[in-house]
Amino acid sequence: MHISLTVNGKSVQADVAPEELLSDLLRERLGLTGTHVGCDTSQCGACVVHVDGRSVKSCTVLAVALQGSTVTSIEAVASAAGLHPMQKAFHENHGLQCGFCTPGMVMSALDYAARNPDPSAESVRHWLEGNFCRCTGYQNIVAAILAGAAAMSERAKELGK
Amino acid sequence: MRTFEYLRPATLQEALGSLSGLANSKPMAGGMTLIPAMKMRLSTPARLVDLGGLEELRGIRVDAAAVTVGASSTHESVANSALVRAAIPALCEVAGGIGDPQVRNRGTLGGSIANNDPAADYPAALLGLDAQVLTTRRTLSAAEFFVGLFDTALGDGELITAVRFPVPAAAAYEKFKSPASRYAMVGVFAARTAGGVRVAVTGAGAGVFRAGVIEAALEEKFSVDALTSLRFPSDGLNTDIHADAQYCAHLVGVLARRAVARILYVGRR
Repeated sequence: MHISLTVNGKSVQADVAPEELLSDLLRERLGLTGTHVGCDTSQCGACVVHVDGRSVKSCTVLAVALQGSTVTSIEAVASAAGLHPMQKAFHENHGLQCGFCTPGMVMSALDYAARNPDPSAESVRHWLEGNFCRCTGYQNIVAAILAGAAAMSERAKELGK
Repeated sequence: MRTFEYLRPATLQEALGSLSGLANSKPMAGGMTLIPAMKMRLSTPARLVDLGGLEELRGIRVDAAAVTVGASSTHESVANSALVRAAIPALCEVAGGIGDPQVRNRGTLGGSIANNDPAADYPAALLGLDAQVLTTRRTLSAAEFFVGLFDTALGDGELITAVRFPVPAAAAYEKFKSPASRYAMVGVFAARTAGGVRVAVTGAGAGVFRAGVIEAALEEKFSVDALTSLRFPSDGLNTDIHADAQYCAHLVGVLARRAVARILYVGRR
């Protein structure tokens, strides 16, 4: 079935099978392998991307259902100017070890930061219910998300001046 | 996943036609349960009718008597609705505690109750609030709608359009999550309604049910003390590798007391 959608700011046309998942469309067809598939059972969150501005598990979304949608994956987060403040915060706080879960963590964290004007360690921990890390024990991930959210709101204030 | 025919109707009428046109057609809302079930071939529909384009199933309306939530409302939209929070904050808590943020961004009220997972949260809120399920054919009470394990009164080709939740005087939901699946091992929804005290239990049995002995004790005196010496019977409750029936029965009592305490001491509703 033919669909047209926007992926990372670019218009994409694709003929997809009804059972093709968004994670397959991104990885196999568009070569965007930053989106990882950890469990394929919508538990681990390594495959989290944004659809129309909200974080979703791309292994549990049918590509065919996304006609006209806007998809953002980890590849579009950094810019020519360098890492996004949230990515930088993961780097600086050692919020990763093997890195497999990191793309999903960052995409989930960006949705958290957008929706929580008053971030807290407790609400970050609840938010991460659907993102598994099997290396770090979450301590530094939580610290990274708090630092990233603070940097994002700082940057927004700077831009607002 | 086995392949299937995919249809995305633009109107409810068209959706009903698509569902009746071919045997083994299945409606899909958010797909948060159906897609995983299809991956495991537990569900192999020949035709999938995506309800995501239907305007008729959207929206949340609130009046003095009730909160009416469209079937395709996501858990996220209910959890963060200022209108719902002002009328029935316990409903926001139920929706905001389902799954994880990504599941809440796509999963819907209609999809959840149509699936009637024995550990799902929403069925407890519907039964606890004596909600009405509005379908394309009729209106059903929650007690009529939830039939049993993954089973509802919905007929073939019948779709849920909305759920009408009467506004209670007060309500609260407490659950104990399975440490592994994070589903409710037991969840208790308690409400003080115009029709009396209602206490609905999810997770502990084959489907959601009312805890009659707890309701009776609370009718006599709505207090935590009224439940302190009460031992909830374990007959017919679940036993699995995580919890046996006695443990589930114990949790029903603990969570009912917590829900009552929340109603009395934390918030008005």
